[in-house]
Amino acid sequence: MIETLLHVALLLALPPLSLGVINKVKAFFAGRNGPPLLQVYFDLWKLLRKGAVYSRTTSWVFRAGPIIGLATTLAAGLLVPLTGAAAPLAFGGDVIAFAYLLGLGRFFTMAAALDTGSSFEGMGASREATFSSLAEPALFLALAIVCIPAGAFSLTEALRALPWADWGAARPVYFIAAATLFVVLLAECSRIPVDDPNTHLELTMVHEVMVLDHSGPDLAFIVYGGAVKLFVFGALLVQLLVPVSTLDLLPGAAAMVGGQLALAALVGGVESVMARLRLVRVPQFLIGASVIATIGVAILLYRGHA
Amino acid sequence: MSIGLVLLLVALALLLASALAALLLFRRDSAALAAGSFGALAACAVGLAGAGLALSRESARGASGLRLAWSLPVGGFHLGVDALSAFFLLCVFLVAGLAAVYGRGYLAGYAGQRRLAVPAALFNLLVASMAAVVLARDGVLFLMAWEVMSLSAFFLVTFEDERDEVRRAGITYLIASHVGVAFLFALFAMLAQHAGSFDFDAIAAAGAAPGAGAIFLVALVGFGTKAGFWPLHVWLPDAHPAAPSHVSALMSGAMIELGLYGLLRTLGFLGLPQAWWGGLLIAIGLVSAMTGVMHALGGQDLKRLLAYSSVENVGLATLGIGLGLLGQAHGQPALASLGYAGALLHVLNHGLFKGLLFQAAGAILHATGTRQLDALGGLRRRMPQTALAFLFGAVAISGLPPFNGFVGEWLIYLGAFRGGASLPGSGAVFGIATIAGLALVGGMAAATFVRAYGVVFLGEPRTNIAEHAHEPGASMRVPMFVAAALCLLLGVFPMAGLALVTPAAVAIAGLPSGAAIDAGALLPLTRAALVLLALVGALALLRRWLLRGRPVEQAATWGCAYAEPTARMQYTAASFSQPLLAPFAALLPRHGRLDAPRGFFPESARVEERMGDLAGEQLLVPAARRLIDMLGRVRFLQHGKLHLYLVYILVTLVALLAWQLAQ
Repeated sequence: MIETLLHVALLLALPPLSLGVINKVKAFFAGRNGPPLLQVYFDLWKLLRKGAVYSRTTSWVFRAGPIIGLATTLAAGLLVPLTGAAAPLAFGGDVIAFAYLLGLGRFFTMAAALDTGSSFEGMGASREATFSSLAEPALFLALAIVCIPAGAFSLTEALRALPWADWGAARPVYFIAAATLFVVLLAECSRIPVDDPNTHLELTMVHEVMVLDHSGPDLAFIVYGGAVKLFVFGALLVQLLVPVSTLDLLPGAAAMVGGQLALAALVGGVESVMARLRLVRVPQFLIGASVIATIGVAILLYRGHA
Repeated sequence: MSIGLVLLLVALALLLASALAALLLFRRDSAALAAGSFGALAACAVGLAGAGLALSRESARGASGLRLAWSLPVGGFHLGVDALSAFFLLCVFLVAGLAAVYGRGYLAGYAGQRRLAVPAALFNLLVASMAAVVLARDGVLFLMAWEVMSLSAFFLVTFEDERDEVRRAGITYLIASHVGVAFLFALFAMLAQHAGSFDFDAIAAAGAAPGAGAIFLVALVGFGTKAGFWPLHVWLPDAHPAAPSHVSALMSGAMIELGLYGLLRTLGFLGLPQAWWGGLLIAIGLVSAMTGVMHALGGQDLKRLLAYSSVENVGLATLGIGLGLLGQAHGQPALASLGYAGALLHVLNHGLFKGLLFQAAGAILHATGTRQLDALGGLRRRMPQTALAFLFGAVAISGLPPFNGFVGEWLIYLGAFRGGASLPGSGAVFGIATIAGLALVGGMAAATFVRAYGVVFLGEPRTNIAEHAHEPGASMRVPMFVAAALCLLLGVFPMAGLALVTPAAVAIAGLPSGAAIDAGALLPLTRAALVLLALVGALALLRRWLLRGRPVEQAATWGCAYAEPTARMQYTAASFSQPLLAPFAALLPRHGRLDAPRGFFPESARVEERMGDLAGEQLLVPAARRLIDMLGRVRFLQHGKLHLYLVYILVTLVALLAWQLAQ
């Protein structure tokens, strides 16, 4: 019971802090002071107290998009273990449900974008479809690298079965999985080098342009949903690099929080030192991540994974 | 003879009787149509009851049967039902019942323009022959029913035969169908030679034949032509759009799955499979799925897009069968049951949502007169119920929770993960290739159907074709709602689907019934679906509460302050899919024609682009041309001179007599 409460509290409360850390790190690289660490919380509070403007072209699909996006991201968050304890909804085969819940959210985000009848949102939906379709194999191959040696197809069990004691032989494959997951995180959460969350030119946006017509509470749900998605992918990545599942409940939670903030700093660093890739190069980037994951799988198979 | 079989035979009789009644009412279109569709609906209801009873009696061993005398020198009249037949009969009758009701409304739109008695009768004949194919337990009877099925489908496809492309599609379908049947003749000849009889019980009792690999390959080509394996799928994207929509729904939802039924039946005869069979099926499944989804993603014609999507989904089911074969060959019952159960469940799910999508496409065609995606848009204002049904079908076919498509794919994924973990060497490679392939195909399928739904129903109308669209009548809408509701129910409560699939999956894999998948493993899926729905509801209520008392306004879509936005500025279907298909351009030949603007005052310009099919253009058509050239060299034998033909007969008779005497 207490594990579930802690898990839900972390999932609900922490994500905007990661975004704050990213912005602070980017400001540091740019020689600025940057927005306060808790700025995203203030932004969400402001948006939730606003009214809304809806386009006359849109229908219930547009109004449903942000809600389904946030609901699916939260449901996926309930499948990923955050502390040493099992995730609240964990079950055998939840690896697949995790990826497809996020896919459901993407489907309705794209549908809501097409609902506006605007060429900007259509462009964003098209790019989102491209990048997410090419990132899916990379995500699944990385999850396969984690699950197959463990012989367990639940995220909780597979992450618990990571061989922390056997660093020398086993670790390289998990580093490959972590690298692939990092690329997938950058793609799914719309970070540089795949997408630029700060640009305001429609022709260069992907995710930002899909949500151009949302306002008020809808926009709050979308911003918060993006933060939760970053948190959820980050949780997977942190558990591959930090032995959270071997610790007790509270030390595990502290390790997770520390790991997430460190990851946010890393993402901020990556965003500061790189430029966004040309759009035609992004598919190559994503397919490259799949190729790296395939190399990891080949190492697994040839080394034998008994 | 069990009561299930009796009900199934009654259903068969009802179908044939109502077909005859429709023919007798030749002069009165509406009466013929009514006789045909009510008869079909009643027969399908009885047939569903019979199939359900047969499934529940665990009649995997000792199939109940009916034998009658028959006067042909080969074969025998033997009908019977076992677990595999019962499951496929369930799929056939479910899709056919919904299509029959829909067809009544759809064909009624043609009243006065052409005679409707023959299509109505042919529809019932098609359903009856499909049921007979599944019920047949004798090779010759199976082939006769298969031929009747192919021919009645041909006549239904060429319903509007005054149009060029319909005739061409019909001829392509006929050729493909008969190439397949030729291989099926060879298959049953080989099986009967080993067993000494065409009867399925005798063939099963005869055990593994020495040339099992060759028999498997012949069955693969023969049944693969009907199922639509790459590269034998080229007839599908022409024939399914040309047919009237209720026939397309039946063909895509049930008929091509009978190719998979035949393949599974043959595998049952061949005993313990060899590992390379599973690998070959997985390879074919992956290639079919990827080419199917890519062509669907690039398609401009809604029904052609759906036909390619059927190729993709048959590929996914084949992946499941391949995984099951690998599991059987390596002695892993858990993997085998996951693979087969996933494949069969996907067959059932596909019948439901593909039937739904084709019916919605028919409603769109009926309302607007066009199937071109880029001519439509904003149809949800005029056809809101069809739009909702199409959305359910689109989310289901993309394999997204909480709908039924997700459950079938989930089982296949679990099989692939388990195969990657527990199979030796090359088997594990196939497992992991399945995972990556399924992930890519799933992502592209979701993109395809968001594009189809968004371009057709959302936004603003791109041309004024859609201005007079209207909702179809009740007889066309009710089947769509039933299918959509079943898609959601089977997704939220997948244990029901698993209960339908388990007897057949266990029977194919030859497993003891205890090795079946535990239904409790699917209970968490229901829990997750309900949690998701609860979250959606809670967030919706939260937003409503937040917006209470706050200003909520309506304005135009933001257009970057552009002064004159038009509906033509919306993103088109072609633009939507271009970035995703760009890396795969080598596999998708595009043929275009450009009439460029000329001179200083150009009058008109025109660009036309069409996506071709690599298998047809680069493989099958050149191969067929080479074959025809080769055979042309022997054409001198056909000179038309009667006296020389008599000499041929004389020479052949003498040779046969000499051979007979020499024996």
